[in-house]
Amino acid sequence: MVKAPTLARPPSGQFIAMTLFAALMLDILPWQGAALLLRPDFVLLLLLYWAVHQPLRIGMAAAWGLGLVMDVADGALLGQYALAYTVVIFLALALHRRIQAFSLWPQAWHIFPLLLVSQVLVLLAHLLSGAAFIGWGYFLASITGALLWPPLSLLVQLALKHNTVPDATYTSSRGGDK
Amino acid sequence: MDHQPFFKRGPSPVARLAFFGLLSIALMATDAHFNQLALLRQGVGLVLHPLQQIANSPLTLSRRASEFFVTQSQLAEENARLRQQQLGHAMQLQLNQSLQAENAHLRRLLSTREGLTHRATTVEVMSAGRDPFSRRIIADKGSTNGIQPGQAAIDDKGLVGQVTRVQLLSSEITLITDKGQAVPVEVVRNGLRAIAFGHGRNNALELAFMPVNMDIQNGDQLITSGIDGTYPRGVPVAVVSQIERNGGTPFARITCTPSAGMDRYRSLLIISVGESAPEKQAKRAK
Repeated sequence: MVKAPTLARPPSGQFIAMTLFAALMLDILPWQGAALLLRPDFVLLLLLYWAVHQPLRIGMAAAWGLGLVMDVADGALLGQYALAYTVVIFLALALHRRIQAFSLWPQAWHIFPLLLVSQVLVLLAHLLSGAAFIGWGYFLASITGALLWPPLSLLVQLALKHNTVPDATYTSSRGGDK
Repeated sequence: MDHQPFFKRGPSPVARLAFFGLLSIALMATDAHFNQLALLRQGVGLVLHPLQQIANSPLTLSRRASEFFVTQSQLAEENARLRQQQLGHAMQLQLNQSLQAENAHLRRLLSTREGLTHRATTVEVMSAGRDPFSRRIIADKGSTNGIQPGQAAIDDKGLVGQVTRVQLLSSEITLITDKGQAVPVEVVRNGLRAIAFGHGRNNALELAFMPVNMDIQNGDQLITSGIDGTYPRGVPVAVVSQIERNGGTPFARITCTPSAGMDRYRSLLIISVGESAPEKQAKRAK
């Protein structure tokens, strides 16, 4: 049995939006060359985090919308990130109870194939629209993304602890949920 | 078997997946085959633009800082070098002017139409494209500055690419090394015409469909032929770097390195050649 975590306070909608916005800003930094290949998809990581931890609040609609924004930011074919994010968040929602049962590093092993699915879908969209395969280094971003999952989760939990005010109404009702 | 869920949570996950999945695929199909989604792209792009500016600001700030802290000796050196360059250019310009006058005179004698005139706009490269699959860069001027899709982008050494997508405040330039990009070229040495295709992966171009017996050599200079009416005539494009003549295929494999600094430039010149050749032909036919 996994050690029960300290009771997490539910994040406000504002907090979720803020983390996603920060991830978007990280993603649209002017990455270039090798850094661009290694750059994990921060937006997808954060979407996954919230889909796993708050499956009722972050779902496929949010994933699709943010995917569309990423499509425009990348200047690529519209809809490829939207599709990839939707499929990955669907899988994450289906797996969220299982993922939550593990500690952070084993969780990363679940996140890795999910990130890979997103990259494969984007790759397929590119190949179908006539682009050339750019080499296996393309998939490195999934590895860095999975490696980043534990520190990112800790960071969000830490920020959450500082961000939310203790609320008596939640502490009683959240006990059986976890 | 009517299964009623205990909690009302809207459509089932599979239904949502099908809905958003099909919507995305429909988007992709429309975007790939029709030009209907420019408005959607512009709308999202307009919201995204300030964010991109903010994300780019650390880089631009560091650039400005390094520009500010240039030593005086460096400046003086650069000044001297530029002055020398300018002298050389002035000489060439004078020569060019007399040649232009002579050319105009000859053209009048031959009663052909005047050569094409170019309009030019200077743009700064905002960011290299973030899509590792394509060779694109984003420039800092858009349709409000008169940039239009189809215009050519050059730097001081040669042809860089073509404007492929224009938003209000930024434009996207597809480099000639992009896989989908083709440039009609001409060999300087013998006037042989060919089409240079981007290679996509390496920083290289390929001359396609050249029979093995064509007169082309390593080190041949390629310039734009201007036949398409998109690119002005005579802009350096590439230098032939490798030729493979293989008996198995009817065509030679000719690789060229682009003349322009593909990853190095910061400011570019966007030039337009007036109307394209097909447009002109249509006008003449009327």
